[in-house]
Order: sequence, then structure tokens, then C-alpha cells
Amino acid sequence: MKPTADSADVTVLLPLPPATFHILLALAADDRHGYGIIQDVEARTGGALRLSPGTLYRTIQRLLEQGLIVEPKRRADPSDDPRRRYYRITPFGTAAARAETRRLTQLVRIARGVGFLTPEPT
Amino acid sequence: MIGLYRRLLYLFPSSFRMEYGDEMCDLFAERSAGARGLARLGLFLGAVADVVTSAAAAHWDVLIQDLRYTVRSLNRARGFAIAAVAVIAIGVGANTAAFSVADFVLLRALPFPEPHALIRLCWGPRSGGGWGCMNQLSPANYRDYKAMTPSFQTLGAFTGIGVNLVEGGGDPQRLSGATVTGEVLPLLGVAPVLGRVFDSANGGGGDVGTVVLSYGLWQSQFGGDRNVLGRSVTLNGAPYQVIGVMPPGFYFPSRETQLWTHLVLREEAYADRDDNYLEAVGRLKPGVTMSQARADLNVVAERLARDYPATNGDAGFSFFAMRDNMSPRYRLMLLGLCGATLCILLLTCANLANLLLARAGARERELAVRAALGAGRERLVRQIVTESMILALAGGVPGVALAAAAVPLLALLVPDTLPVASQPSLDLRVLAFALAITTLTGLGFGLLPALRVGASGTGLSAVREGVGGAGGGQKQRLRSVLVAVEVAMSVVLLITSGLLIRAVWRIQSVDPGFVRERVIALKTVLPRPKYDMTQRRLQFYNRVLTDTRALPGVQSAAYITGLPMVMIGRITGVVIPGREVSTRFRDEVASIRFVTPQYFRTMGIPLLRGRDIEDGDIQGRVPVAVVSESFGREFWPNEDPIGRTFESRGGPRTVVGIVGDVKVRGLERDNEPQMYAAAGQVPDTAFINDDPKDLVIRYTASLGALLPAVRATVRAADPEQPISDVRTMDDVVAGETATRRAQLRVLGALAVIAVLLSSVGIYGLLAFTVAQRSREIGVRLALGAEPAGVARMIVSQGMKLALVGVVPGVLVAYAAARGMRALLFGVAPADPATIFVAVALVCVMTLAGSLVPVLRAVRVNPMLALRAE
Repeated sequence: MKPTADSADVTVLLPLPPATFHILLALAADDRHGYGIIQDVEARTGGALRLSPGTLYRTIQRLLEQGLIVEPKRRADPSDDPRRRYYRITPFGTAAARAETRRLTQLVRIARGVGFLTPEPT
Repeated sequence: MIGLYRRLLYLFPSSFRMEYGDEMCDLFAERSAGARGLARLGLFLGAVADVVTSAAAAHWDVLIQDLRYTVRSLNRARGFAIAAVAVIAIGVGANTAAFSVADFVLLRALPFPEPHALIRLCWGPRSGGGWGCMNQLSPANYRDYKAMTPSFQTLGAFTGIGVNLVEGGGDPQRLSGATVTGEVLPLLGVAPVLGRVFDSANGGGGDVGTVVLSYGLWQSQFGGDRNVLGRSVTLNGAPYQVIGVMPPGFYFPSRETQLWTHLVLREEAYADRDDNYLEAVGRLKPGVTMSQARADLNVVAERLARDYPATNGDAGFSFFAMRDNMSPRYRLMLLGLCGATLCILLLTCANLANLLLARAGARERELAVRAALGAGRERLVRQIVTESMILALAGGVPGVALAAAAVPLLALLVPDTLPVASQPSLDLRVLAFALAITTLTGLGFGLLPALRVGASGTGLSAVREGVGGAGGGQKQRLRSVLVAVEVAMSVVLLITSGLLIRAVWRIQSVDPGFVRERVIALKTVLPRPKYDMTQRRLQFYNRVLTDTRALPGVQSAAYITGLPMVMIGRITGVVIPGREVSTRFRDEVASIRFVTPQYFRTMGIPLLRGRDIEDGDIQGRVPVAVVSESFGREFWPNEDPIGRTFESRGGPRTVVGIVGDVKVRGLERDNEPQMYAAAGQVPDTAFINDDPKDLVIRYTASLGALLPAVRATVRAADPEQPISDVRTMDDVVAGETATRRAQLRVLGALAVIAVLLSSVGIYGLLAFTVAQRSREIGVRLALGAEPAGVARMIVSQGMKLALVGVVPGVLVAYAAARGMRALLFGVAPADPATIFVAVALVCVMTLAGSLVPVLRAVRVNPMLALRAE
């Protein structure tokens, strides 16, 4: 039985581990396969975060179990290698990512309040 | 490289590997496509690190998942969980307790540095038979062995002493000690916690009159006072100065030894080669083996036999590792105990495997559903093994607590001849064993059901049919085999404990030769030089005996050199004038005791003919002896011994009376003929061991009132004289079988547990069968079958199971009994009565186990059973 996209359920998952959050971000717009996720995360972070295969698939396993992502039955691009497995974010996954974003925003607001967020020197 | 990577993925749980293995390989291939040389290597090393860490994490995830699942499912089956934990606790507890004692006595190194090189040397028969120290050495022989044997790094000598300790204004105390040559304490290699040990330099003369205390004595007598060094104490009336304290846990030569004085052998000590009172302890040179040393000793013994034929002509030596100084019986008893606990462990595993199989039957549907939902076989097996390991660990913890509680009960199985503590402590080594046993148990009972479930592969049919439908004949057969194993193990335990019980009965029914009831004994060892002269000692005995005999409730009282079964030594050669000279190692030996009048009456030993020792038998009169019946038979067959003369220690004696034989060496051993000489005729020069020191009193009063009065009479005779070793002869005789009874209590308890577990096993299986066959039984009853017939059917199934177990059980028990024949005291390993009773008990147990299933079967309602169709 998969949990529903209910914010009460989502809060127990917070804070999301960085790898989880990044995978959800990578899946926000498109379904992707494992290598695609790694590439997307790498590009988005300017090469700062490079997920290892072990971390990636362990996290994917957990996300599937928690119902944050699913394997779609129909492919976005049917011409792709059929052995490749694609992953898609669920509404519950989106809710979790949103909740994490809210949490982080709040944190940033507090940090700004005490003056930790100074404009970066240019 | 991809191949290597793929193999690396086997570190992951197989469910994970199946799911993502291909993907990960593809990913790795894509990444490493462009890399060459060092970069390629770096990439691979990185991959190794990644796989290792994430595989560990993945396993952890699975474990957590399984644990959660286990807790949930056990929570639902609380009765099962509690029963399983209790059974495991018993199995682990029994094995841990038995192991800790067996390891302590048989395996573990003695608590000395490099203990394997420590040896003991004594005199003994040429044949080298017997165990431990057979006969003591004379200083002259000790000196020759020490000088002439090249195998020893060092050799020292010691002898046990009893001392009366007077310290400050306190009551005098009787203590066991040892007097040791300067080599002994240093060669053992244990440093004192306080002060120093004896200095062997310049012959050790400087340390005469000094004493080293045991830690226990230092604590109890001196309150652990660090200023004890230099303090003066009085031992046997002479002043001694404390020079050191040994650490706790240091025992030598035995646990009882509480202090050590310095033994200095002066030139005159070497004069008499036949004055045997020393035992030797030593260290082998590095690299020298026991057999090499034994060969060296043989050469020395040969040479001494040539040089001193009169004393050493037919003498050899007893030589053994310090580790082996114990009766072989202890080894047998402990091995028997370990065997019994292993039986229990096997039985425990069979029982639990059976319970799990039954549960697996009930859970078949649940498991099948999980399998259908995609849980692989490996996941299911892993889940079940996790569950059994959790149960095992949950039982292991109380099991260790049980072992800790049981070990003191086994303390009697630790021989007091070994220089070790009275009982083992539960240390890391024992805990490691407990953990290993627990793991083994968990695997033992978990793996079998897990593999059966994993292999069943009837997932879909199980889902369709629901509970009760699945579980084929194969599983039923497996369960029957397990129950038969349980029955076999209980038969083994029942028969072996039965045989040992019969052996104890047989020993207890041996007539000790005296009347054990209503005799109290206590010890007053008169110290030298205060009581050097026989006349002086007689005054003391007479005073105490006269006052004691006058006490109300005392029938008679007497003194003797040593109590039977307590002092088993004092063996002397006997020479009959006109016959060839014999020596101590031939058959013509007897035990010698010096007694005051009334000894035989007090002990209830029948005076068959002639007269008792009398007050008039003192120095200057004709030396007399009362001898036992077997003494007469041995030395004067077909003749009347009374009036005959023989020679033994201290010259010729004339036989004046004949008494019944006494089991001097204990109920289980062969005994030398006995000779009793008069206390008044002990030579002034006699060794202190000959002195009468045990006061025996036959009483009719209550002991509570009598003992203070007896203490008062001793105090009146000599206020500085301590009293020790107060005991009844009843206790002495009971002590003969104490070790055996301690072992039996444990074995008996294990046998009872075995029977209970097996009957539960039989019950479980039959109840399962009845539930499965209720339809068939219903049809039978509907068709007019007699309920009695149905009952017979169920019972006969149970009996068949029992029989399948009984046959191998009896065979194993017979093999085990043959192995421990030395413990059986003549009871045959195939004793028919014991086997009959054991088998009968198993039948009763089977009937008890089938009772409830039978009732359930005959109450099957045909209508209901058929309607379920």
C-alpha cells in the first residue's frame, strides 16, 4: 500500500538525505534512467556532486520502497535501449521534495536573520 | 574489468543484485569506457570502495527490515516466542556451564607463566601406575634426582604442613600450609604482591623462621594491612616473621594452602634414604618434552636402584605434568557432562526446528504471498534465519545467566588437587563459547525449516488453498525424524543417568565397616616441639577423653591418627619374622593407625576376638596391635593371629585383638589390611603424622549442646590448642559420593528436561496430524469406526515414533556407558533393569504426549468435519 501525497506523511521523511533530494530534483521534469540521473546531478551542481553507482541504486531502492518514485510502464522515448530502467517521481515524491525545499528555505531565512547570509564578494 | 566488477557485486544481498546488478554494470561500463591506464585503475578502486560501503549499507537495510518484521511476527506469536527462548536458554545455559567447568579443569592453562613446562616428581612404584603423587621422596632421593636429571631447569621440594597459628591475642587457628625449598616459589614464576619470597642464596639459611602469606590469609587474618611485613606471628609455638604476601589466585600446591615457610634441608636430613616426606615440583628446560624427561628419570632410577638396592631396589617414580594432577575420574565425569549437555543442545535444536516447521506450515500462505509479491527465495530464507537468530540470541542471554547460576553447583567437579580456584569465572573465553553455541543453535534450528520453506516452491498452490492445505508428506516425514531424534536423545540421557544412579546406590550400600550414625569427629593437632614427647601428648589425650566421656549424652570417645576415608595414607610395610623381607611396594602392606582405648566401640567397629587397646599399653610394656580380619587372613592364613608377632614401623608388635575391616581408602577403592597400635606406644621420635589427632565421640545428646562442652574440655586441657575439621562420620561417608551426586543432579535435571521436551515434540506432531486428518477421522467415525479404534491409531503413530527413536538411543547410550565404565562401579553398561526403566519412561512420555491429540481425535464431529469439505 503506497502512502498518499499527504504532508503529514511527508514530514516523517524530513530532512531528506542530500542524495535523495538531488535524485528527486533530477526527476522533477523528466523520467530518467540511472546514468541520466548521475549526469543530471553532476551538471546541476557544476560537477560538485558525482553520485556513485552504489549510492545511486541503494537510494533508488529506498525511494521505490517509500513510494517517492516509480518505474513507469510506458517509456517517454520508446526508441531507447529497452534494458534501461527509467524512474519517475510520484506526487508523494514531489510533496516530499517540496517539503524539503520549504524546510531549507526556512533555514536560509533564519540564517539571513542572524546575518550569516552576506552577499558573496564579486 | 567488467567481469571483475560483476563479481564484486556479489557482496550485495542477492535481491539487490538481481534488481540492479545489470544496470550498475552498464553504468560502470559507460563510465570506464574512455579511461586508460592509471585513470582506469583509479576508477576501479573507487568502484571497489563504493561497492563495499554500499553493499554493507544494503545488508544493513535488509537486516533492519527483517528485524522489524521478526519483532512484529514474534509479537503476534508470543507463546511460541517465549517457549523458544526458554528452550534455547536451557540448551545454551547447560552447555555453557558444562564447558566452563570442563575447560577450567581439562584445557585451560594453569595460572602460572609458561605453565606447560611445570612438572611434578614423586616416588612411586616401578610400574609407573596410578595417578598423581604415589609416594613421597626422601631428601636423599630428591637430591639425587635433582643433581642427576639433565631435563630440569629447576627442581624444588615441598611438603604440606599443618600449623597452629597464634597471632596477637586471638583464638588459635588451625591452618594448612606448605614448607618449600627456596627454588619452589621463584620457579612457579608468580611474584608476591607485597614483600619478597624466600631467598635461596647461601643455602637459604637466612630465611629460616620466615613466612609468606597467601592473599586470602592476609585479608582474613591481617585485614589486608600493608604493614604486615616484618610482623611476628606464632606458628606451632615458634615465632615467625612475615616477609611476603602472594597475589590472589595463587595456589600451591593446592587451594587449601594458606601460608608457606622455608624448608631448609640440612646435611642430617639426607642420612635416611627411606625417610619419605617430600614432593618435588620443577620446570623442564626449554624444548625438553615430558617423554625425554621421563627417559632421563628412568636412567636415574636404574642407577639409584643399583646403588641403593635396599631402599630403591624396586622403586620407581611418578612423574606428571602439573596440569594432570587429578584423578582420571574427573576427566570422565566432565566429558560425560559435556556429552549430556550436547545431547540437550541437539534435542533443543530438533525441538525448535520442529516448532518452526509447524509455524512455517501455518505461515505457508503468508510466505507464499510474500514470494508472489516478489520476495525471492533468498530473502525468505534470510528472513527465517534472522528470526531464528533473534530467538537464539534472546535465549542466549538468559542462558548465560543460567550458566552463571549453575556453575557453583558444579564446583565439586573441580578437583582440589589442581592449583586453581574452586570454580571457574565466566570470562570472555566462556562468553565467546556461549556466543558460538548460541549462533550454532540459531543456525541449527533455523536453517532446516528455512531451506524446506525455500525449496517448497508451491507458492501458488499455497495461496490458492490457504492454511492447512499445503505441507506435503515430505515435511511430515522431516518432522517425524526430528521427533525421533528427540526421543533418542532422551533415551541416552535417561539410560546414562540411570546407570550412574545405580552406581551411586551401589557405592552407598557398601558397608564402610563402622557405624556412621551419631559419631562426631574433630581435630586437635598437637604442635611440636611443645608436644614432642609421647608422655606429654598422652596427658593431653587422657585429660580431654576423661572430661569428654563424663559429659552428658556421650557414650564413648577416643583418639586416632586419622579418620577412615579422610586420611587414606599411612601405609607401612609388614614383615613376618621368618619370612622373606618385603618392602613397601610389594603386596605385604597395611595401613597403620595409633588409637586410644574405646576407638572401636566409638566407631562401632566390631571387636571380633581378643581385647581392645588398653590404658596400660604404654611405652615400656610389650608393644601391642589390634588388627583387622583381612590382616590376619593375609599374613597368617589358616592360623590364629592372636599372640603372633610381626614387625612394622617402630619395631615388633604382638597381636592382641581382631576387629572388623574398615573401608579406609573410601567406599570405591580396594583397601589394605588395617593395623591399630596403641597411642601410648608411639615412639617419641615418630613423625608427627603418626600422632593421634582426631577425637571421635559417639553421642546420644543433641550436637548443639555437646559441641560447646567438648570445646570447653579441650580449652581446659590446653587453652592454646585450636580445634579444626569438626564433622560427623555421616558427612564423611556422604562426602564419598558427593562428587558423583553433584554430577548426577545435573545429569538427572538434563534427563528430565529432555523427557519434557520430547513429550512436547510428540504432542506437537500428533496434534498436527490430528488436525490434518480430522476429515478422514470424521469419515471413519461417520462410517461407524469405534472411537477406541481411532485412539489406537493415534497412539500407535506416537509409539512408532518413540520406537524409531528408542533403538538408536539405546545403542548410543550403550556406547556412552562403555566409555564411562570406570564410573559405573561394576554396573553393566547394558544393565537390563536400567534400559527397561528408561524405555518404559519413554513409553509413558509418549502416552502423555499423545493424550490431548487422542482426545481431540475422538471428539471430531463427523458432521462438522465433513461440512468443511
